Amino acid sequence: MQHANEICWPQDVSNHMTQSLCQPINSTLAFGMGRSYGDSCLAVSDQVLLMRGMDRMLSANWEDGVIHAHAGLTLDQLINITLPQGWFLPVTPGTRFVTLGGAVANDVHGKNHHSMGTFGRHVSKLTLFRSVEGEVTCSADQQPDLFAATVGGLGLTGVILSVELQLQRVISNQINQRCIKFGNLEEFFALSEQYSSSNEYSVAWIDCLARNKKTGRGHYLLGNHAKQGALHAMKKTRIKMPFDPSVSMINKATLKSFNALYYHRQIRKDIQSLVRYDSFFYPLDAISGWNKMYGKQGFQQYQCVIPDDSAREVILAILNEISRSGTGSFLAVLKQFGNLPSPGILSFPMSGATLALDFPQREPENMRLFEKLDALVHEARGRLYPAKDAHMSAVHFQRAYPNWQRVENLRDPRLLSRFWQRVTQ
Amino acid sequence: MTRKRIVIVGATSAIAEQCARLWVAQSPVDLVLVARNVNKASVIASDLKARSPDSVIEVLQTDFLDAVAIKKLVDTITQDRVVDIALIAHGSLPNQKGCEQDLELNQSTLQLNAISPVLFAEAFAMHMEKTNSGTLALIGSVAGDRGRKSNYVYGAAKGLVTRYAQGLQHRFANTGIKVVLIKPGPTDTPMTSHLKKSGANLASLDCVAEEIVSSIESGKRVLYTPKKWSVIMMIIRHLPHFVFKRLEI
Repeated sequence: MQHANEICWPQDVSNHMTQSLCQPINSTLAFGMGRSYGDSCLAVSDQVLLMRGMDRMLSANWEDGVIHAHAGLTLDQLINITLPQGWFLPVTPGTRFVTLGGAVANDVHGKNHHSMGTFGRHVSKLTLFRSVEGEVTCSADQQPDLFAATVGGLGLTGVILSVELQLQRVISNQINQRCIKFGNLEEFFALSEQYSSSNEYSVAWIDCLARNKKTGRGHYLLGNHAKQGALHAMKKTRIKMPFDPSVSMINKATLKSFNALYYHRQIRKDIQSLVRYDSFFYPLDAISGWNKMYGKQGFQQYQCVIPDDSAREVILAILNEISRSGTGSFLAVLKQFGNLPSPGILSFPMSGATLALDFPQREPENMRLFEKLDALVHEARGRLYPAKDAHMSAVHFQRAYPNWQRVENLRDPRLLSRFWQRVTQ
Repeated sequence: MTRKRIVIVGATSAIAEQCARLWVAQSPVDLVLVARNVNKASVIASDLKARSPDSVIEVLQTDFLDAVAIKKLVDTITQDRVVDIALIAHGSLPNQKGCEQDLELNQSTLQLNAISPVLFAEAFAMHMEKTNSGTLALIGSVAGDRGRKSNYVYGAAKGLVTRYAQGLQHRFANTGIKVVLIKPGPTDTPMTSHLKKSGANLASLDCVAEEIVSSIESGKRVLYTPKKWSVIMMIIRHLPHFVFKRLEI
């Protein structure tokens, strides 16, 4: 249970960081929307600085598309302001309910990683509050080490106060979408090779329970910003989960049938359509409380990336392990990352294929499965995503992110997360 | 289409800022932000300007307790152009026990929450009367409906605002001027963050601000926001003393 200290102004941050914090651990952590799946947003001290109230735009240049805003502004709020002016996020994760600070701290990526890289690539400047130095500014030119440690740095190098971001020009709030059905993993890689470089956005949903010749079947989704249409932002039209199931609605039986139905819902092999940005980028945001579908026990995310040279074999091996275990989710996402480097030391993406899954919480089955998956990932020199992680071992983390010590050296002594404590011991 | 001219006194109040965001989102406006803390108000102005580049936003400062300074400021604001909406939103929630022990805190609470809003409102009323147009909105509080031991100094100040608003409404009945009295229940803002820690049920800032903007638009005389407070306060106001004295509120 995290105790929140509400922050509305930068002065509030300095007040909290410089007064003595709760005993016995004298530390805290900035907390945005708390969308990280594991413990990277949980403070060891259980005292967090709730940043959502610090949500002001500081400046906006609507000619160049450069905005400067307080870190508590959510991507949703930002889109509402920028889209009518003809600007959109250069990179967006699968939910718009994250703060700017959170997007930087996790160096989030999206369906356009192959063309635009991570969020951090489009950040020109950050201001942080550090307990010793006070307010500092960093960028690629100014205190570059601190900048590199802060992008993807999980909020540990200082409380991010403001972010300067270069937006991308758009003419419409719509996306030209193309959905291609494919029968197995090999077909996914072939489609990816054929189409991803000529489309802005690409991602695949896959049926993680399909076996043998059908392993890795799914839908390949391509998208490009439409060249005409309206520019208004969409208000949240969310439906709420109508009830709170106490047990997970996702089990072996439901999953297999759901996946089969979902795979076959698209009858034609290749469909093009024009969709609004919110349904292309944020399908889950439409269901408020979707995580409740997993019941009181909840779920655990597993997201890994496998480098190009072994992606085909290792992803296949991972899918085989998962389908053998009989667990898994219908939110299995597969995507090829590009090779655009990220400015962050702890950035997750690398050139290769990334697979993201939700598993209903089941112990010890999940732990056993994750051990096998971890072994496959690490043998291939891949890695896991801290923003989604709740189980990564210190050994694996330190091997996957060999420069982690540089972030630890720049970590603010007053900031510590449960994740960091776990992986750096 | 000419932009609406809106003056917000106490612009760094969370409720006022949220109302300003709603106004600029509706259409470009001419906004005058009057605040004690110019630095904060300027940041708020930058935010509003970014959200609405066609709006014109000005930040002004004055002594909120000095009648002469207040009159001079309002004269400046109303010199060249009419004011369509004046929202008097400033205030500060003191520690009640502190007010019982420290007469200076008691005095400053009454001055800031009662006398200051009245002076601003009266100054704007003078100008609105000349043009026979405009909406004057005052933020009171449910705390002003009945004095109770946990909050009566602040409550008394807000009670004064209620009485004052009633008088203005009587004065301007059958004229082109609308006087709107807003009585929020406890709302989720920095002012009430200490209440949140003890588990109080606070209204969402978005909802309260939406209801305020909508009531100002329609010229509703008295708004309880959220609406349930109208029923709650009616009951509270009418409880006989022998019942009320037992309540721990």
